[in-house]
Amino acid sequence: MKVLVPVKRVVDFNVKVRVRADGTGVETANVKMSMNPFDEIAVEEAVRLKEAGAATEIIVISVGSAQCQETLRTALAIGADRAILVETAAETQPLAVAKILKAIVAREQPGLVIMGKQAIDDDSNQTGQMLAALLNWSQATFASKVKVSGNALEVTREVDGGLETLSVNLPAVVTADLRLNEPRYVTLPNIMKAKKKPFEALTPDALGVDVAPRLKTLKVQEPPKRNAGQMVKSVPELVQKLKNEAKVI
Amino acid sequence: MRTLVVAEHDHAALKPAVLNTITAAQRIGGEIDILVAGHNCAEAAKSAAQIAGVKKVLLADGVQYAHPLAENIAALIVSIAKAYSHVLAPATSFGKNVMPRVAALLDVAQVSDIVKVETPDTFVRPIYAGNALATVQSGDAVKVITVRSTGFDAAAATGGSAAVEQLATVADTGLARMVGQELTKSARPELTAARVIVSGGRGMGSGENFRILEALADKLGAAVGASRAAVDSGFVPNDYQVGQTGKIVAPELYIAVGISGAIQHLAGMKDSKVIVAINKDAEAPIFQVADYGLVADLFQAVPELTSQL
Repeated sequence: MKVLVPVKRVVDFNVKVRVRADGTGVETANVKMSMNPFDEIAVEEAVRLKEAGAATEIIVISVGSAQCQETLRTALAIGADRAILVETAAETQPLAVAKILKAIVAREQPGLVIMGKQAIDDDSNQTGQMLAALLNWSQATFASKVKVSGNALEVTREVDGGLETLSVNLPAVVTADLRLNEPRYVTLPNIMKAKKKPFEALTPDALGVDVAPRLKTLKVQEPPKRNAGQMVKSVPELVQKLKNEAKVI
Repeated sequence: MRTLVVAEHDHAALKPAVLNTITAAQRIGGEIDILVAGHNCAEAAKSAAQIAGVKKVLLADGVQYAHPLAENIAALIVSIAKAYSHVLAPATSFGKNVMPRVAALLDVAQVSDIVKVETPDTFVRPIYAGNALATVQSGDAVKVITVRSTGFDAAAATGGSAAVEQLATVADTGLARMVGQELTKSARPELTAARVIVSGGRGMGSGENFRILEALADKLGAAVGASRAAVDSGFVPNDYQVGQTGKIVAPELYIAVGISGAIQHLAGMKDSKVIVAINKDAEAPIFQVADYGLVADLFQAVPELTSQL
């Protein structure tokens, strides 16, 4: 079974983002970029499936600027076999990305797509579900455990009330939640090896996909600031303030 | 304009977030219908009919809706969506799972996690874990939206008298089935609907130590939450998690105990009305957002607080 893993290049999770003064977005120039952490978990899961003999080949794909190449190289260093970059300067919104992935699925015929449940930049949490819909495949989102059993997949999902386990037909789209695994550290020899792995570059046009954004961002603002309050010295003082000042108990 | 609100429920009762979603629909304006898809879910439909401002309840009752599988629920929504200008669901694990599937099948964008309605086609939503707010405009014929419940007050659960209409079901897609559930059982209120939340972090030291928080929570009628650090350390299950990757909450009172205040945690609770932080580290970032901070050993301060309430 081939496994396709889409990965996104995002502002590193440790960076404190700043809203641009002109309100058009957040500052991304000279900011450290990394692979979306949920996608890294997805790559790791695919590699584990391969190590367990359930997957035969892992293809990683990214949609975006030429710099996504770095992100793909990281995925190759974790253990993916080859990479595809669909290069575009356009703002990539989930529906457009899902359509590109659908075109790649038609070409590569994977038995499984694993990706992060959301990207930590736009926090949309849409692309996996949209891809499953466009392919008329089953979906298992927010996965914390994945097990292949015959031509189905048993997936434990993180839901609001606890956990639930689904059996979904293959082919399927799985989106990774945080506790699915802990991605391995990338070692230097593997980074060197990744440089020699096959790498293909495409464009949305070549795939016949219209990537024009559907949503227009009118402005981006800082959220209202929360001011630090007061320090209390003791529990009785805290109780008194909560009762008489904040009036919440 | 007509809005369809997709109800999340357990067949007997509606989830509280449905009421916040109704308020978002009211801000958009126009008629509001509500879809209740389930199995033997007449009770949930009855509650939906009583919500103030609902015009019509669409009831789809079938064994294929016994569990809210995205494949089946999305197919049902798509079968009626074209009659609506907006389709809304709460941004819970249910809504997040189902709605993008609906949007893709309709070939429209989804607007995720809205916290404000500017106009019927323009919405405000947090990005970068709430470190920025984006105002986005949708030009699609049907606007598919998930609603962050902390952005909208709950609509009145009673006062309405909507008609309940049976809706033709759509055949089971057969793509997925439910194998089992492990739901956390608790007599305490649900995190996202609680008026008061007591949350613990890595400073709790162990799962057993959460008992002192539970005692405080029971005194206050509060829900118990946790930071990602506490979940990652295995102290409590993941559904306790408050933060960017967990639940987004905005209670009247949020008591953070032994929580340092990582950005990812703040993203989930900074809209709380009153925040109390108890931490032995005076430099902890949580104090920068707290209304009341107490630098103390939590193992002494929390039982003392419980005894004084």
